[in-house]
Amino acid sequence: MNNPVSQDQDWPLFEVFIRSRAGLEHKHVGSLHAADAQMAVEHARDVYTRRQEGVSIWVVRSSDITASDPAEADALFEPARDKIYRHPTFYAIPDEVKNL
Amino acid sequence: MCHISGMYTQGLDTPGRDCGPSPDTAALEARFQQRVDADEKIEPKDWMPAGYRQTLIRQISQHAHSEIVGMLPEGNWITRAPSLRRKVVLIAKVQDEGGHGMYLYSAAETLGISRARMLEQLLAGTAKYSSIFNYPTLTWADVGAIGWLVDGAAIMNQIPLCRCSYGPYARAMVRICKEESFHQRQGFEIMLSLSRGSAGQRAMAQDALNRWWWPSIMMFGPSDGQSKHTEQSMRWKIKRFTNDELRQRFIDTTVPQAQFLGLLVPDPKLRWNEGTRHYEFGEIDWQEFQSVLKGNGPCNRERLEARRNAHDRGTWVREAAAAHALKQQARAQSARRTKDSEEAA
Repeated sequence: MNNPVSQDQDWPLFEVFIRSRAGLEHKHVGSLHAADAQMAVEHARDVYTRRQEGVSIWVVRSSDITASDPAEADALFEPARDKIYRHPTFYAIPDEVKNL
Repeated sequence: MCHISGMYTQGLDTPGRDCGPSPDTAALEARFQQRVDADEKIEPKDWMPAGYRQTLIRQISQHAHSEIVGMLPEGNWITRAPSLRRKVVLIAKVQDEGGHGMYLYSAAETLGISRARMLEQLLAGTAKYSSIFNYPTLTWADVGAIGWLVDGAAIMNQIPLCRCSYGPYARAMVRICKEESFHQRQGFEIMLSLSRGSAGQRAMAQDALNRWWWPSIMMFGPSDGQSKHTEQSMRWKIKRFTNDELRQRFIDTTVPQAQFLGLLVPDPKLRWNEGTRHYEFGEIDWQEFQSVLKGNGPCNRERLEARRNAHDRGTWVREAAAAHALKQQARAQSARRTKDSEEAA
């Protein structure tokens, strides 16, 4: 092997988002390596839409995404748990009342 | 406060790092096992035992390598496919295998191993891949047998992996299983055409079955007693069924298909047991399995050589793409600077 592979030879990682059809949101489908964003779109076409899975592709460098920390999930999401009055089912309405 | 630089699925930063006071490992492991027992999915940035991470890296990267090396035996027949229809189908199938390799490498990367490192292990011959791909494809019927038997065995293995406890692996498997179904059906269709064809074509189909049957049932791996990873993997819900359970299921579903084709399964001890409602089958030659796994199969050297050549010959493309990206970046920056200074003036 003339070209030993080393850690730093990987192209940047991109996350791929696909809109499956007009009217739906782009959804995360996976990731891939590419030299630049244009190549990432082209590779995403081949890797993630071989069976008409999409009509539009977004790619974003993984390093540009800021994520919440699983260790802080409770602090972030726990406060919404006891606020059941935010859901319509919290309110008891007599059956004879219609259209509510 | 813990700094988050990574990404929620793939771009892994430091795996398993602790924020704030860390409980001891035993407590973390107990909590982890509780989550697995409750069928919760484990995601890349969640805490996980080092053994779980290592097991997954090994399994997923081997799986990815198998998809990539698996392109070779079938690729061998693309230029000689007997019709345009068969040719476009085979190209699509081989392209799918490449795609499956990509999904799986991405899933493995979420565990903290780089793509380059996995590639290095494959090319250096230190990584394993499914030993089935070290057998040669001698005739066109082999392409049919691979789709029917090898992909059939792969599907049997992979369907339970869609429920694997590790989220990125499970998601990759869902995608792969959807695509594999066409692979198996096109293979069976080839076998069906041959088995309904001339005497020569029938003989070719039978010969392919003779050569691929035993390697296919070896694909499920060593018997349960000999499988060193099974027990722990099942506890972690990486694996849902044992090797022998999956092998039995494969034989039970495949033998009637062979009978439909009018082909003979090359196992004189094969017989239906009405009591157990399963097929009994003969002794598997595990020496052959171990020998192929160790590198002494008919095509081990050829397969690795092909991968190394592909890597070496692609070097200039990778370098050119990287140089192009740098140049585009520099151009965009200088255009921005010019625009900024014009606006300032």
